[in-house]
Amino acid sequence: MAKGNIVARTGNEAMAEAMRQINPDVVAAYPITPATEIVQIFASYVADGLVSTEFVPVESEHSAMSACIGSSAAGGRTMTGTSSQGLALMAEMLYIAAGLRLPIVLAVVNRALSSPINIHCDHSDTMMVRDSGWIQIFSENSQEAYDNMIQAVKIAEKAAIPVIVTTDGFIISHGMERIEILDDADVKNFVGEYKPKDYLLKLEEPITAGALDLTDYYFEHKRQQIEGFKASKAVILDVAKEFAVIAGRSYGLFEKYRLDDAEIALVAMGSTAGTTKVVVDELRQKGLKAGLLKPRVFRPFPKEEILEALKKLKAIAVMDRSDSMNGHEGPLCAEIKAAFYDIGVNKPVLNYIYGLGGREIRPEDIALVFSELSEVAGGKEKPKVSYLGVRE
Amino acid sequence: MNIKEVVKRKELFTGGHRACAGCGAAIVARQVLMAAGPDTVVASATGCLEVVSTIFPYTAWNVPFIHSAFENAAATISGVEALYRSWARQKKYDKKVNFIAFGGDGGTYDIGLQALSGAMERGHNILYVCYNNEAYMNTGVQRSSATPIGADTTTAPVGKVQKGKAQYRKDLTAIMVAHGIPYAAQAVVGNWRDLTNKVEKALSIEGPKFINVFQPCRLGWSYKPELTCEMGRLAVDTCAWPLYEVTNGQYKVTRPKEKKPIAEWLKLQGRFAHLFRPENKALLDQIQAETDKAWEELLRKENIASQAAAPAQPKSI
Amino acid sequence: MAEKKKITKPGWKNLPEGDLIIGGGTAMQFKTGDWRSERPVHIPEKCINCLTCWVYCPDSAVIVKDGKVIGFNYDYCKGCGICAHECPVKGKAIKMVPEREAKIETCK
Repeated sequence: MAKGNIVARTGNEAMAEAMRQINPDVVAAYPITPATEIVQIFASYVADGLVSTEFVPVESEHSAMSACIGSSAAGGRTMTGTSSQGLALMAEMLYIAAGLRLPIVLAVVNRALSSPINIHCDHSDTMMVRDSGWIQIFSENSQEAYDNMIQAVKIAEKAAIPVIVTTDGFIISHGMERIEILDDADVKNFVGEYKPKDYLLKLEEPITAGALDLTDYYFEHKRQQIEGFKASKAVILDVAKEFAVIAGRSYGLFEKYRLDDAEIALVAMGSTAGTTKVVVDELRQKGLKAGLLKPRVFRPFPKEEILEALKKLKAIAVMDRSDSMNGHEGPLCAEIKAAFYDIGVNKPVLNYIYGLGGREIRPEDIALVFSELSEVAGGKEKPKVSYLGVRE
Repeated sequence: MNIKEVVKRKELFTGGHRACAGCGAAIVARQVLMAAGPDTVVASATGCLEVVSTIFPYTAWNVPFIHSAFENAAATISGVEALYRSWARQKKYDKKVNFIAFGGDGGTYDIGLQALSGAMERGHNILYVCYNNEAYMNTGVQRSSATPIGADTTTAPVGKVQKGKAQYRKDLTAIMVAHGIPYAAQAVVGNWRDLTNKVEKALSIEGPKFINVFQPCRLGWSYKPELTCEMGRLAVDTCAWPLYEVTNGQYKVTRPKEKKPIAEWLKLQGRFAHLFRPENKALLDQIQAETDKAWEELLRKENIASQAAAPAQPKSI
Repeated sequence: MAEKKKITKPGWKNLPEGDLIIGGGTAMQFKTGDWRSERPVHIPEKCINCLTCWVYCPDSAVIVKDGKVIGFNYDYCKGCGICAHECPVKGKAIKMVPEREAKIETCK
């Protein structure tokens, strides 16, 4: 492995860089803040002849995903990027891409959904499509965004499931960081050539993709898709192992930060996990047994593994950067609580909805959560769901 | 297209599909593929044609086929064609392939218009075929922007105060011509020679092509199934659906031998039955007048375009 | 009465991934002939083999061999009557016969 390719990159630049090295056959995309740069930078690679990709500057995100579906079904390695409303417009096609088992990779720069319209980060866009049948991988910083994009291609193709890789809008997408990139040849070798079995451009063996299922086949196809989705957890871990060999960076379904001996912990995804690590270190210095669990893979939800990591804690705070509008709690919290039910554990789990529409989350906010968590661990009652950082 | 040769080839759109007896859409699919030949990839919008031809595990398509959604046949085929370009550039693929998208008028005039416009503007080497039966037949004869004025549909029905659809249909072929594409045409079920010639011509031209095929629908139009082709030809003869093509801006109109009154075509269809009640005579007259106007306008366009294309004459001072 | 043949459909483990139908023209395994209430009958002596019926058949049910129409595939023909209507021969080389009569004829 080539050490020392240290560069300064924003999250968007890092993702575009990964795409250049992956050199997909087709990219079909439409601009949207804050994801625009990814495809804009990529378009400049196309213009300079640095990739052999056919770039399709479509007229909407719906058409972006539709063209990706066409390209992927035709047999090509296919990627795109979007955010927020763009993802919402794509939603119909996301379900279809997943049902057709097409290994498309989609970079999502997380941004709040309208209304009110807002361009800043929260996770409501990705959460909206959490059950679309796409693997969802969250990134904490530019380095992870880069690494996840490269792994995503391989995961998608091995599992025959499309993959979303997210970064946090502006916080990661536009934040310059020091990252290490791999040599072009290493990436090329790692992703290898995509060799689908059945595809549209194989004219001699025609296929029909997207046939109509009536009551006699739909259920079987869905069951098959669900089983494939469950099995993708193992694929994600295998690919991470292979990646560690070339990159020297290890990934799992989630990251545990000072969690093994912790008594209280936060569960947080994306850039907030980075902020939390700083707070955990400070609290540890003060003697508090604080920890963090950072889900990397939100879909498929690594239920058993997360339970195993959390079950010894005295109290847990789940940080949700979106609300479910289910009237009781955020989407990440609901998953975790449901998981505990299955092992008969009734543990104090607090849910904090935070950072909607890009509202800043500061170390002192996280410290406050930990202090409330300490009180709960000590037997005190606290509200189950709190809104962190909102004016009352 | 040499029919004596094509007949020897394997069927590219087979029997065993579930279209209604006498379905015009099935004729369109079959004849377009006769002209295109086997090296063709097809994308289809959701709609009658897709539904009847791909009920799992049975497909009537003997060429690679993809359906993904209703509004995006043009975008889907764009993606297929983009991969082809990519592979050709990478020297991974050297076959010549036709890329054809099918959409009904609902999937083309209405919900798919944006994707169609985008694909045409981007210049993909594709042929988009609209099988235009003038309403949403798959969902049960709802009005579309292709439905003509006065037609009875389930969402613009004939009632005590309304007389079917109150608006004129949209001229989609003209909209396609306005995109500046190298080839746009109108064809009809019932003139196979014209349709297959147009498909062959379209496929010989590099770039985005559009053919609007008028497709009588026995269910939505209410006529006897054996009349499908006849209904198409009568639409042409009455100028309800003129046949023409626009090649690089040059119009070529196929004139009917004898222009018939529109009522001759309307009266055979259940959807227009109410127009023949005495109280609706004004509407019937209006339809005739508008048909005449549109026809004259088309001839005018042909005339202007041919003058513009003619060598410039030295101006006299 | 003959017992209805029981068709076993594959379970989810035995279906191709991703809602694909592998291979073209599998609709040929689905017979639509029983939709018919009238059937076309070919009259060879009148037929000029122009293939108009073949080119217009929505169900690809006109059988042509060595450039000549030899009959209809009643497995797929839905009896729409387009072939007979479009037949350009004066007096028609295809006539539509009610299915019931045709069946009686076949039984004889």
